[in-house]
Amino acid sequence: MKLSDVREILSASVMCGEERLSEEVLSVCGSDLMSDVLAFVKDQSVLLTGLMNQQVVRTAEMMDMKCIVFVRGKTPEPDVVTLANQRGLTVMSTMHRMYEACGRLYSGGLV
Amino acid sequence: MPMEKLTLSFDIIGGNFIAAGEASSATKAALRKIGLSNDIIRRVSICMYEGEINQVIHGGGGKAVIEVDERRVAITLTDGGPGIPDVSKALEEGFSTATNEIREQGFGAGMGLPNMKRYSDEFEIISKPGEGTTVVMSIRF
Repeated sequence: MKLSDVREILSASVMCGEERLSEEVLSVCGSDLMSDVLAFVKDQSVLLTGLMNQQVVRTAEMMDMKCIVFVRGKTPEPDVVTLANQRGLTVMSTMHRMYEACGRLYSGGLV
Repeated sequence: MPMEKLTLSFDIIGGNFIAAGEASSATKAALRKIGLSNDIIRRVSICMYEGEINQVIHGGGGKAVIEVDERRVAITLTDGGPGIPDVSKALEEGFSTATNEIREQGFGAGMGLPNMKRYSDEFEIISKPGEGTTVVMSIRF
């Protein structure tokens, strides 16, 4: 699946990284707890979260992820998006809740 | 495996949650530059980042030194914070003394030290109440 498919499945708006939407992603991690994200290494490429601070970006960066999707219509402060963009991460925002966003991506083939 | 040795040193500022992770980020970039494998870089990144967060949250800041030689990456984190009264308790998954404010930031769930131990090949904590904490980790090639 490409990041452009993630955007479509989640009806998400892209906050940065429009030029990287052709990148392939294989798996997703959904969590508001960053240490949980750090605890389970499985080449996750997309992080779904309701948390909106710089540490979300740092965590995604440490785990070599490609994309952060903020759920429940949350939009982070511009400096969070700027940091993500500097680190080569695509950032999206979806109106779906965490559970539904995970379900939609799982049904779409991401594990 | 890397052909060059490397030593990095960072001052970690206590309480600055926004800047937390910058040293880990810089370390990751430096390790990538000298050509370490993705697996090694990720393990070092997790260990260092969790440690850096701890230094910011609990240690009142401190120092991080990263040394790379032909065998391994060694990470030494030193702080002058309150120290850990019961190290074995602190290593239990889920044990945390973090405030609600920190938990709301996505940390403080008692996974930091267990994560550091899990992803390092050698792991040691030296700590006494009132004397700060030193964590030494190494990730072997």
